[in-house]
Amino acid sequence: MRGESELVMKNISLTIDGKKIRAHEGDKLLWAALENRIYIPNLCAIQEKMQPTASCRLCFVEVEGEDEPVIACTEPVKEGMVVNTRGKNALRLARTSAELLVASHPVDCAHCLKNRFCELQKIVKHLGIKLKTKRFRRLERNLPIDESSPLFIYDPNKCVLCGKCVWVCQEKLGVGAIGFTRRGFKRMVSTFQDKPLGESACGQCAECVKVCPVGSLTFKDKNLPSQKVSE
Amino acid sequence: MKFQEIANQARIRWQEIWNDQVPVILVGTATCGRAAGALEVLQAIRDTVIKQNLNCLIYEVGCMGHCYAEPLVILRKPGFPSICYGRVNPVLAENLINNFILSDDPCLEFVLGALEENDLIPSFSDFPRSKYEKRILLKNCGHINPEEIEHYIANGGYESLSKALQMKSEDIISEVKRSKLRGLGGAGFPTGEKWDICRHSEGELKYLICNGDEGDPGAFMDRAILESDPHSVIEGMVIAGYAIGARHGYIYVRAEYPLAVQRVQNALLQAEKYKFLGENILGSDFSFDVKLFQGSGAFVCGEETALIASIEGKPGIPRYRPPYPALQGLFGKPTLINNVKTLAYIPHIIKNGADWFLQMGTERSKGTAVFALAGKVVNTGLVEVPMGTTLRQLIFQVGGGITKGKRFKAVQIGGPSGGCLPESALDLPIDFESLQQRGAMMGSGGMVVLDEDDCMVEVARYFLDFTQKESCGKCTLCRLGTKQMLDILEDISKGHGKMEDLETLEELAEDIKQGSLCGLGRTAPNPVLTTLRYFREEYEAHIKEGRCPALMCQTLIAYYILPEKCARGCDACVGTCTVEAISTDKKRRIKVIDQEKCVKCNTCLSACPPQYDAVIRLSPPDKVPKAGFTPTLTLPRRGGGNL
Repeated sequence: MRGESELVMKNISLTIDGKKIRAHEGDKLLWAALENRIYIPNLCAIQEKMQPTASCRLCFVEVEGEDEPVIACTEPVKEGMVVNTRGKNALRLARTSAELLVASHPVDCAHCLKNRFCELQKIVKHLGIKLKTKRFRRLERNLPIDESSPLFIYDPNKCVLCGKCVWVCQEKLGVGAIGFTRRGFKRMVSTFQDKPLGESACGQCAECVKVCPVGSLTFKDKNLPSQKVSE
Repeated sequence: MKFQEIANQARIRWQEIWNDQVPVILVGTATCGRAAGALEVLQAIRDTVIKQNLNCLIYEVGCMGHCYAEPLVILRKPGFPSICYGRVNPVLAENLINNFILSDDPCLEFVLGALEENDLIPSFSDFPRSKYEKRILLKNCGHINPEEIEHYIANGGYESLSKALQMKSEDIISEVKRSKLRGLGGAGFPTGEKWDICRHSEGELKYLICNGDEGDPGAFMDRAILESDPHSVIEGMVIAGYAIGARHGYIYVRAEYPLAVQRVQNALLQAEKYKFLGENILGSDFSFDVKLFQGSGAFVCGEETALIASIEGKPGIPRYRPPYPALQGLFGKPTLINNVKTLAYIPHIIKNGADWFLQMGTERSKGTAVFALAGKVVNTGLVEVPMGTTLRQLIFQVGGGITKGKRFKAVQIGGPSGGCLPESALDLPIDFESLQQRGAMMGSGGMVVLDEDDCMVEVARYFLDFTQKESCGKCTLCRLGTKQMLDILEDISKGHGKMEDLETLEELAEDIKQGSLCGLGRTAPNPVLTTLRYFREEYEAHIKEGRCPALMCQTLIAYYILPEKCARGCDACVGTCTVEAISTDKKRRIKVIDQEKCVKCNTCLSACPPQYDAVIRLSPPDKVPKAGFTPTLTLPRRGGGNL
């Protein structure tokens, strides 16, 4: 569908939070909003990826005429569409997802290398939730931290399973050193046979570190910039 | 060879089997039969036949649906009706041959029923349940040998394929559309619409997948059909393939169904030999092949996008839809996915026409539904009833009511995605809409009956534990949300729950239902939501009083021996106690359980002879009277009740 729209490149207009914006037909709502400096929380979205992952369940928005909130990363923009990113129902779902993530994410932010550059921190602020959620219990995984790579540290406990590192490693670069393993609550990013990264097929290109939105993958050298947070 | 000739030959041979003067012995060897010992029975029959030097035919057949009475053996002797015997063991099998086949005593005391009406013994059609049953998909099950394609052909098999190949594909689709057949995998999407979308989607190469990844605890309809009548599914697939213009098909069967895998594999080979599959089917221009694909034990692979990923060799993880598989499915090509039962229905609709199908069922759900009755119901097994039959008819008339004369409490419909419906819902006519309205769903057809001894908190916890483990973990709400819910339920069943937990459970359940990526997450909270809706007082009893009303949650119960009922000289409980927690109080000459040592394993309760019935369960545990004090308690019935 996108292929066709790129050929035609028809411009359409829509309204998000009262602001009139223009977008290309076939574009996904999330990117149209972000390009127009309207923030919608997201962790797993990758613009280059044809098929949205749609797994973080954070980018809920309300569209006029729809009964239920929709996911902005999968929703194509339409002419005359009226979108509300701050609707009650959309925020309720996004907050639940964010709170669930925070409840199983170590919140020792002060000592995290990603402090102030962390996407999850930003989302928490944006959605107005607390780092210490009362509604849910803390579910920590207590997995060993992998420091075997000469360049970076992998802390699976901080991972939000957005899949950006896996996408870069497998799809974009074709390396395939890391992937998802296990299922349910135990799902994690790991290497073949769970070997430490330093002993795996990983070529230390560290592209994964650059896309990690949280403090799960961080450079050992503090002068090297970890991923910049989107504005 | 023309189809008509093949069919005639098969019919003649089939007639010969039944009209000949040679006795015929059918043994039900589907998985349910095997679990009950059918293979040993089969061996005993073979041995006896050899020993007695008998001339007779022995066939293995599939499941008749009367799983409660397995192993089943059908004996057909000239001059007698075909008689079905239930709960046959090897000794009985030998006796049946000696007494019935060799002499003329049909051993009436072991008869379950006759297959056809006669004046000697009651037939299955005389059973009260037959008034409610309508066997279409299950018609052949248990009556033909699933490994003999000729048995299927002789019973009208592949006739519809031959008819369909003479029809235009759009006419087939419009017939299916007109029949209003809906997907029997659970969601109930109109089958004809799906076919139409797939037929009109662009691309030369199209695929067809039969979804046989039946993973719900307590559901075994697809297994029974694949094991007992695999050709009906294959025939449906070829017709569907012809209608949408597919070239390749897959049957996705769980590897945990080894017999189904074996019988489908065998059926595929036979169908190829008879030119019902492969190049130029029955001499037409249409070519279609079917491969069997074995799933490796992930519940989530029943979700169509996960199933497709699994065939592609990727991890079985759902993806976002659209694009729907009908437009972009297997290897990126348009793909039609239908459930086993949906496809098995196709030959019947082509043969009898849409009008025939429209006569059955309710306004919006036509035809019949197959259910797997399990749990605390007398006649566990497979039943097929027209849509619109009430739950009460299904459970009490067809299912024979609740075991051990207990009271009905709830019925869990649709497996981990479905819900628990209470007594007040029993008069609900079953169809896709009515169940959904009450918070349950048709699902693929698993129906677990629960009685007064089942704790609804525990039932909800059990199903959530299942979905939690089977969640692929891709999306946040399902991965972490169901885990939070499970932890809360575990706390409640241990008596650590708080009233606010119920609110959190409800909020979380609604959010997971609304916001999850795939069907697994979107339906996972149903067991919790329905038990909260219909059995809230049970949750409250756990939280407020630390009491499990069904006396099931281990932490919240204690075992106690009633002094006035305890037979002083009997030592049954003392002997069976695994942790030596029961001793004799010499002064009062009664048995006493040391609550500190007791591990609540229930063996003393089962060991206490029924005439004494002295061991009871109490909840909360502090109801156990202190030593030296003889309480006055109203006595509950054995194992049940609540003090």
